[in-house]
Amino acid sequence: MQSVILKTATRLMVGMILVFAVYLLLRGHHEPGGGFIAALVAGTGFALFAIAEGPGKVRRAVRVRPATIAFIGLSLAIIAGLPGVFASRPFLTGMWWNLGSKLSVGTPLIFDIGVFLAVLGAILAILLTLEES
Amino acid sequence: MPTAKPNSHHHNSGSSGLGLLSTALPLLLFIGLCYLWPEVIAGRVYQLQWPWIPSLDLYLRFRLDGLSLLFCLIVTGAGFFVSLYSSSYMAGHSHVGRYFAFLHAFMLSMLGIVTADNLLLLFVFWEGTTVFSYLLIGFDHEADTARDNARQALLITSAGGLALLIGILLLKVAGASFTISHWVGAGDQIRQHALYPAIFTAVFLGAMTKSAQFPFHFWLPNAMSAPTPVSAFLHAATMVKAGIYLLMRFHPLLGGTQLWMTTLVLVGGITALWGAVQALAPSDLKRVLAYTTMMALGILTMFLGGQTTPALTAATTFLLVHALYKASLFLAAGSIDHQTGTRLIDRLGGLWRAMPLTALAVAAASMSMAGFPLFFGFIGKEIMYKGALTETVYPGFATTIALLSNALMTGVAGTILIGVFFGRRPTALAAVREVPWTMRFGPSIMGGLTILFGIFPWWVSANLVQPAVLAFHPTREEIHLKLFHGFNTPLLLSFITLAMGGLIYWKRHHLRVWVGLLRQRLPVTSQHTYQFGLDLFMRTADSVTRTLQNGSLTTYLAVIVLCMAVAVGWPWVGSVKTALSVPAWDGPIVAVGLVLLILAATIVVLTAKRRLAAICGLGAVGAGVALIFLVFGAPDLALTQLMVETLTVIIVSLVLPRLPSLNREKKKPLPRRIMTAGLCAAVGFLVTSMLIGIGQSPLDRSLTAFYESNSYLAAHGRNIVNVILVDFRALDTLGEITVVVLAAWAGIALIRRPKERHPCNPSS
Repeated sequence: MQSVILKTATRLMVGMILVFAVYLLLRGHHEPGGGFIAALVAGTGFALFAIAEGPGKVRRAVRVRPATIAFIGLSLAIIAGLPGVFASRPFLTGMWWNLGSKLSVGTPLIFDIGVFLAVLGAILAILLTLEES
Repeated sequence: MPTAKPNSHHHNSGSSGLGLLSTALPLLLFIGLCYLWPEVIAGRVYQLQWPWIPSLDLYLRFRLDGLSLLFCLIVTGAGFFVSLYSSSYMAGHSHVGRYFAFLHAFMLSMLGIVTADNLLLLFVFWEGTTVFSYLLIGFDHEADTARDNARQALLITSAGGLALLIGILLLKVAGASFTISHWVGAGDQIRQHALYPAIFTAVFLGAMTKSAQFPFHFWLPNAMSAPTPVSAFLHAATMVKAGIYLLMRFHPLLGGTQLWMTTLVLVGGITALWGAVQALAPSDLKRVLAYTTMMALGILTMFLGGQTTPALTAATTFLLVHALYKASLFLAAGSIDHQTGTRLIDRLGGLWRAMPLTALAVAAASMSMAGFPLFFGFIGKEIMYKGALTETVYPGFATTIALLSNALMTGVAGTILIGVFFGRRPTALAAVREVPWTMRFGPSIMGGLTILFGIFPWWVSANLVQPAVLAFHPTREEIHLKLFHGFNTPLLLSFITLAMGGLIYWKRHHLRVWVGLLRQRLPVTSQHTYQFGLDLFMRTADSVTRTLQNGSLTTYLAVIVLCMAVAVGWPWVGSVKTALSVPAWDGPIVAVGLVLLILAATIVVLTAKRRLAAICGLGAVGAGVALIFLVFGAPDLALTQLMVETLTVIIVSLVLPRLPSLNREKKKPLPRRIMTAGLCAAVGFLVTSMLIGIGQSPLDRSLTAFYESNSYLAAHGRNIVNVILVDFRALDTLGEITVVVLAAWAGIALIRRPKERHPCNPSS
């Protein structure tokens, strides 16, 4: 599809959509959001980019193969379950480290990033393959 | 290009270093067992326990008593000889590593079975042997027969495994412990329990299939497509003995009833005789050996049906007798095949000069099999007759079976020894040489042991047989194996056996023809029944698949929706107690507008002339639903729904160009349209009534309250939805994202290669 308006608007919007996706991902533990929604939002952003510029450009911009992203995501989700096991608790028990009084970081965040990458990788894989074929 | 001929890889000299290295595991285990041996004879029982899933009463609990020790020694001893043998036999094969991995995994599973003290753990190892034997029988997986036979063994033994599991669970219901060593004194309660016949049947089915009892025997001769050392290990010394081990272990708990004794004696007797008779027919050495193994397994089962000390001693002694001579004969058969390229007795002969050491080993083993005095087989036969005469039920039947089977064994032993090593050597075998030492070692040592044990039976009875028998048959009677018990009935029977065996050897050609004719004339055989069942299953699966998955998306959807309507609607209609009434409206006015929007979009979908319009309409329906979520305070849900709708519209619009046009002008036949409309209306009515019903029933907020109060304290998060997703129920989420990734993977495969796909035809 060749449309100057779509292309220009896409350039402005894709960056914002992706930043919004990361924002949704990180705030998900306290406010509406989370890895799954963030992946859907990011997926929409890439879909827009693919419609405007073609799937080849998306692949070049992403650099990593979508399947690889998905498998990194799955691995992260599994890795996030291991600290619990090492602490003699059930697999996937949330473990937390306090960084200062206000901020604590835990394995659920890593798990959520894993969810984000797995779902995003799956969406990208289907989307780009469909557009190319 | 790999060749289909299974034996083509044999003609390689040298031995594989990996194979020699792999002998270390069984050897070290064997040495370790020898270290524990004196203590076990003295009555000590070694135990180990770790919790696995305590809530299911599943413990990694191991126990080494006399019976376990005997089996462990056989398994590790045979494991060592077979590994050593395989290091030459399998040298040059492209999958040597895989072979030894399977072999040792099998060996460890087998050790697990005989040392597990927890029934569920025993079952886990039991299934382990099933799986690894499947992989080993089908090791030459490029050959069709190997795959078919492996599948047959797998289906038969795993069906028996399931029966065993049912038996184990029923035992628990009947009040027995999963821990075998806690059974002391529980036998009477179980034997009088109403479930006893069911428990016995299930457990015995497990033992029957594993130990190739009639009518489940046919997988064993077919399993001979395995590499020969595998047959020596699995089908002579270990796996087929797992069922025998099971019967021995369960003997104190389930044994002694009329049902147990009658069934075991009859099934074992028929198996023994039928196996012994069939051993006369084939020319293939391995098949002959397989049928004689079947005979041995039948004899073992028959004697385990007994209750007296001589009967159980006979079973235990014969177990060892058979393991020694049969493993030795199997390995020697492999050597002959390896050197000459054939296993057919008809094409062999006069090999003793070419392979003198193998000939010696075979001579010792087959003399033991025939039961000549001074060989261990003679001792086994003596105690067998003594046991048969004291059987509680059908002593005459047991004695006759033992006599006939042993006579047939004697004849077959003659055929093997004389047919292969004596007589005229065919000219084709002029250049045959002796095998390397690695392939002579096992048969020679085991052949030597049959002589040593035959001359010093008191040592065997004190160190091996007695501790094993006492482990499952506590008795004060003395268990004593002797070379000469005086002139008595067993001795007389022994000599009758030898005489009859000689006669059978003399008339072997006639008998072979008769047995061949008999096998042809049989109206029903187990093999045919199995094949018929398998074909029926495949045909049914085929027709079901053709009906349900005929390639039409409409049919798929109709099936799914119909199943949902029935599965959900049936219990729902039954559970409605009070009349349902449409609740009064108290929602915000915006929602009314949204509902109208959704309705309008639905009409667009139904009337659209073009696909794109229909899809946009669907998108609008989804967006409307998302907005309703937002109005009622579920922003997470609304956002997800909106994003999913957007992506769906994008993806579907990408697929659009590939689809045929909607073609609304050409209407479907009227009955079909009525059916579709009826299904839609039924589902719509069902879902609406359920929603109304849910609205009327009181809302249980205890779960919500739990998450509300624990979300921040336990999981440091205020967004309950997300905390549930990534923390409380993270395992579910892990499963879901795995499904998402796999679905995407499958999707790519479907999109990328549409031309290589064949039309839907499950049978091709």
